[in-house]
Amino acid sequence: MIRLLQIEFIKLWNNRASKILVFSYFILLTSIALVAAIKFDIGPINFHLAEQGIFNFPYIWHFNTFITAFFKLFLAIVIVSMMANEYSNKTIKQNLIDGLSKKEFILSKFLTVVTFALISTVFVFVVSLILGIVYSDFNELSIIFSDLEFLLAFFVKLMGFFAFCMFAGILVKRSAFALGFLILWQIFEGFVRAILRWKIFEGHTETDAVMGLFPLNAMWNLIDEPFSRLSAVQSLGDQIGEDFRFDYAVHWYEILIVLGWTAIFVYLSYALLKRRDL
Amino acid sequence: MEKILTVQNLTKKFGHLTAVNDLSFTIEKGNVYGILGPNGSGKSTTLGIVLNVVNRTKGEFSWFNGNTSTHEALKKVGAIIERPNFYPYMTAAQNLKLVCKIKEVSTDKVDEKLELVGLLDRKNSKFKTYSLGMKQRLAIASALLNDPEILILDEPTNGLDPQGIHQIREIIKKIAAQGTTILLASHLLDEVEKVCSHVVILRKGVKLYSGRVDGMLASHGFFELKSKDNGALEAYLKTNASFGEIKLENGLLTAFLKEELDPGTLNKLLLDKGIILSHLVKRKESLEEQFLELTKNQSN
Repeated sequence: MIRLLQIEFIKLWNNRASKILVFSYFILLTSIALVAAIKFDIGPINFHLAEQGIFNFPYIWHFNTFITAFFKLFLAIVIVSMMANEYSNKTIKQNLIDGLSKKEFILSKFLTVVTFALISTVFVFVVSLILGIVYSDFNELSIIFSDLEFLLAFFVKLMGFFAFCMFAGILVKRSAFALGFLILWQIFEGFVRAILRWKIFEGHTETDAVMGLFPLNAMWNLIDEPFSRLSAVQSLGDQIGEDFRFDYAVHWYEILIVLGWTAIFVYLSYALLKRRDL
Repeated sequence: MEKILTVQNLTKKFGHLTAVNDLSFTIEKGNVYGILGPNGSGKSTTLGIVLNVVNRTKGEFSWFNGNTSTHEALKKVGAIIERPNFYPYMTAAQNLKLVCKIKEVSTDKVDEKLELVGLLDRKNSKFKTYSLGMKQRLAIASALLNDPEILILDEPTNGLDPQGIHQIREIIKKIAAQGTTILLASHLLDEVEKVCSHVVILRKGVKLYSGRVDGMLASHGFFELKSKDNGALEAYLKTNASFGEIKLENGLLTAFLKEELDPGTLNKLLLDKGIILSHLVKRKESLEEQFLELTKNQSN
C-alpha cells in the first residue's frame, strides 16, 4: 500500500502544475481564517464577522466544512489530469508492462484520492479548532467536540467527489474534456430535477428523495447550508414570521449513498481499465 | 530447457479483423528470438497480450511455467513497446526511479544502466528534452533496471537515424552477449538475422514458422559458380543428381543443392571433367530470401 502511494507521489510531486494546484488548495483552506478579519467600522455600524457567532463551537464545524468544500475544485483538476495524463503520455501502458497490475494501478490512484480527502479533513479540523479557540464564546471540551460528524461528512464528500473525478478522467482520457464531463453531469442532474419536479412528482419531498440518489446531489446533501442557522438569521426569521429551523444534521443514509457511489466509481474505473486494450 | 514464455492457441479479434490467429510458440531461456512479419501481421498485438495491455479473445499464455501471475512475472521482464513512454515532465533519473518502485527493485542500478546506454551525463534533463534516439535508449535502460530474465523489444530501431540504429544494435549485441534471453520483433530482416538464433514468422496473424533460423527451409544451400565455359559447366551440373534448379544470371551460375555436397568435392569433380572454375562460393539463403520463399509458398 505504501509502495502504491509512493508511486503516485513521485508522479504528482514532480509535476509542477499539480504541485502548484495542491499548494494553492491548502493555502485556500487556511485562508478561511481570514474571514475572521472581516470588520466594518463605518460610523455607527460596528460589524465584526468573527463576532457574529460563525466561529462558535460547534457551529464552526458546520460552517467551515461547508465553505471549504468548495475549494475541492482545485484538487479535482489535479485528479482529473493525473488520470487523463496517464493516457495521453501512454505511461499507463508502460506502468502495466513494467509489472503494475490493473488493480494496483486503480488502487494507487484511489489511495491518493483518499489521502487527499484525509489531509484536507485534518487540515480543516486544525484550522477550525484554532479559529474556534480564539473566537468562540463557548470553550467547554464537551461543546468543542460535539457535532464532529460534519468532519466525517466532509471527508466522505471529498472522497466521493474525487472518486467521481478519477472515473471521469479514465472514462474520457482527456483532462479538459473530463472536466467538461463533470460540468455536463451537474447540468444533467439539474435537468433531471426539473423534469421530476414538474412532470412526475407533486411536491418537493419526493423530488428531493429521488435526487438524493444522484451522485453530485448526494454529495451536496451531506452538509446543508449553514447560513440560516446563524442566530442573526434565525431572529430575522422570527421577526418576519418564517421558520428557518431546518434539519441540518448529517444523516447516516446520506453518508451511505455517497459511500455507495464511491465504490461504484472505483469499480467502474477498474472495469473500464480491465476491458480496454491499450 | 527452461521455458520462459509459452503461448498456446492465442487469438485476438478486433471486431471483424483477426489480428492474431491461433498462435502457439515457446520461448526458452538463453536464446535470442526474432518475431518476424510484415507490418500488421500481429507482432505487436501478440506482445501486447503477453505484456498485459491487450486482452486476448481466446487462448492461453504463461510466464515462467505458469508459477506466477502475469503482473508478478512482468517484474522479471524488461519490455519496450513501440514508442518510449515516460513522464515528460520528469528527468531521466526520476523516471527510472519510478520504474524501480513499480518493479520493486532497489534504485542502485539507475546510474549503471544509464551509463550502459550512454545517457549518464544527461540524467538530470527532463525526458521531453530528449531526442528520439535518446528516448529509445532510455527505454532500454529502463527495461534493464531489474536485470530481466528476458528482454522484449518491439521495433527498437523504428524511426531512428543510421547512427541511432547502430547504437541500439550495439547495445542489443552487448546484452545478448551477457546471456540474456531476447525477443525482438521487427520487420527488418537483416536486423533479426544479425542477432537472432531462433525466429517466429507471422503473416496476417498466422504462424508460418517457428524454430532455428537455419532450419527455416529444408535447404542445403546453393553454389555460385563461374567458369570460362559456362555452357559445359551447366551441362554437367544438369547431369549431376545432387543439383536441382540451375539459374544463369549475369554470367554467374547459381545451382541449388538437393543433398549435402561440400565445395572441395565439387571442385575436384569439375576439375576431373576439365572444367576450371574462376568463382566458387557455397552459400545458404539469407533470411530475407528464406522469408520471401516461405511467405510465397504459403500464399500459393
